[in-house]
Amino acid sequence: MKKLIVACFLTVMMASAHATPEQDRLALRAFFQERFPKLDLNEMINGLYAFDEGAREQWLEMEDFPPYEIAIEEGEEAFNKPFANGKTYADCFANGGMGVKQDFPYFDVGTGEIITMEYAINKCRTDNDEEPLPWLVGELAQIAAYMAYTSRGNKMNVVIPDDPRALAAYEAGKEYYYTRRGQLEFACENCHMQSAGMMLRADRLSGMLGQATHWPVYRSKWGEIGTIQKRFQECNSQVRAKPYEAQSQEYRQLEYFLSYMSNGMELNGPASRR
Amino acid sequence: MDKKAILLTALLGAAGTALIAPAVVAEQAISPERLEQGKALAFDRFKGNCLACHWIEGGELTGNYGPPLVAMKIRYPDREALREQIWDAAIKNPHTRMPPFGRNRILTEEEIDLVTDFIHSL
Ligand code: HEC
Ligand code: HEC
Repeated sequence: MKKLIVACFLTVMMASAHATPEQDRLALRAFFQERFPKLDLNEMINGLYAFDEGAREQWLEMEDFPPYEIAIEEGEEAFNKPFANGKTYADCFANGGMGVKQDFPYFDVGTGEIITMEYAINKCRTDNDEEPLPWLVGELAQIAAYMAYTSRGNKMNVVIPDDPRALAAYEAGKEYYYTRRGQLEFACENCHMQSAGMMLRADRLSGMLGQATHWPVYRSKWGEIGTIQKRFQECNSQVRAKPYEAQSQEYRQLEYFLSYMSNGMELNGPASRR
Repeated sequence: MDKKAILLTALLGAAGTALIAPAVVAEQAISPERLEQGKALAFDRFKGNCLACHWIEGGELTGNYGPPLVAMKIRYPDREALREQIWDAAIKNPHTRMPPFGRNRILTEEEIDLVTDFIHSL
């Protein structure tokens, strides 16, 4: 099994040896354009609905009364509520936290850490002597939903600064996406590149391009709004792999890579999915 | 949709195999109970879950992640080749997108035999 994983990993890495992140991104776009010649790639910010007319109609109907609307309102309220020390979230972010989602995740040159939006929200809390919030759903996801909402229409702009640690983080995230894992031995790419647009039981599979533009997401199956790392955990569990902790280094690197792949695409979060 | 093409490829493959394999051996009858057990395992979401990816006669809400499983005897005159495909699809195709049911013990050896008999009967 180990041999197989290494073999697969090597083919992937060899195919892209020395590719810069920008070359990776362009190659990914070319891959999907070739697979779906008639598809407007910008549609892929809508995930599986880019490939499925029927599901798309139902989804557009759902969007008439967006199930994530309450989360945005609750998120706005929480965002504006001052901490015990009188400071607010707005003090922790550029531009008061409004319209900044396109810059996340970013590489913090000072600490060498990848900072996702959720990570930054909780850091803002702990820096101000507040308890951190649970990562996956609830108030943190609501605040992220509000901040994403104020960023709608902006273009994803994840930066990899000229720092070997930043590039290493990107490469680690990329490796994660292409590595088989779990009892079923699937890599993310097996489902979201090679099988994008196909049906896994009743689920149409979204493509990797645009997968990061629209978070957090209200999923009917969850019955609430959740963060992208909740989805990572679910996709890991699906192949019977042990999920990583939310905001672990591995998942932050994965999100860094995945978000870079969506660079230049329009932000449209929060979104709804079945 | 592609059924015709699939059958054609299958037949061509079978013709090739026929040259080296002895004429199809008289089949041992497999009991209906055994086939039922194999079908139940193949359809069970927590066992084979084959329908997630394959169209199989009698299955509902089937995926198209993998090819439809039709005319299996023609395409796999040799039951052992079919069993190997289910046991570990990576043997034939290192880039496979099918889980290795035997190698990773998703199914037991006996369960794989049952599933193989059922799929072979399709
Ligand atoms: C066995 C198949 C499978 C594998 C492997 C898999 N996923 Fe998924 N993934 C799904 C399904 C099914 C969905 C729900 C349908 C959809 O939106 O694509 C999904 C959804 C997603 C979504 C949400 C898309 C959206 O538009 O809301 C993201 C992000 C995602 N997966 C990332 C990953 C990552 C990262 C990995 C690897 C760690 C991975 N997936 C591995 C099956 C898979
Ligand atoms: C998650 C997806 C998935 C599941 C579950 C799955 N398969 Fe497959 N299967 C595939 C794919 C994809 C192929 C195409 C070849 C490849 O990728 O190796 C395939 C190919 C096959 C083939 C070869 C077909 C041919 O034309 O030669 C057989 C036979 C088969 N599968 C049987 C099964 C059986 C039996 C089960 C359940 C016990 C099963 N599969 C479960 C994805 C799957």
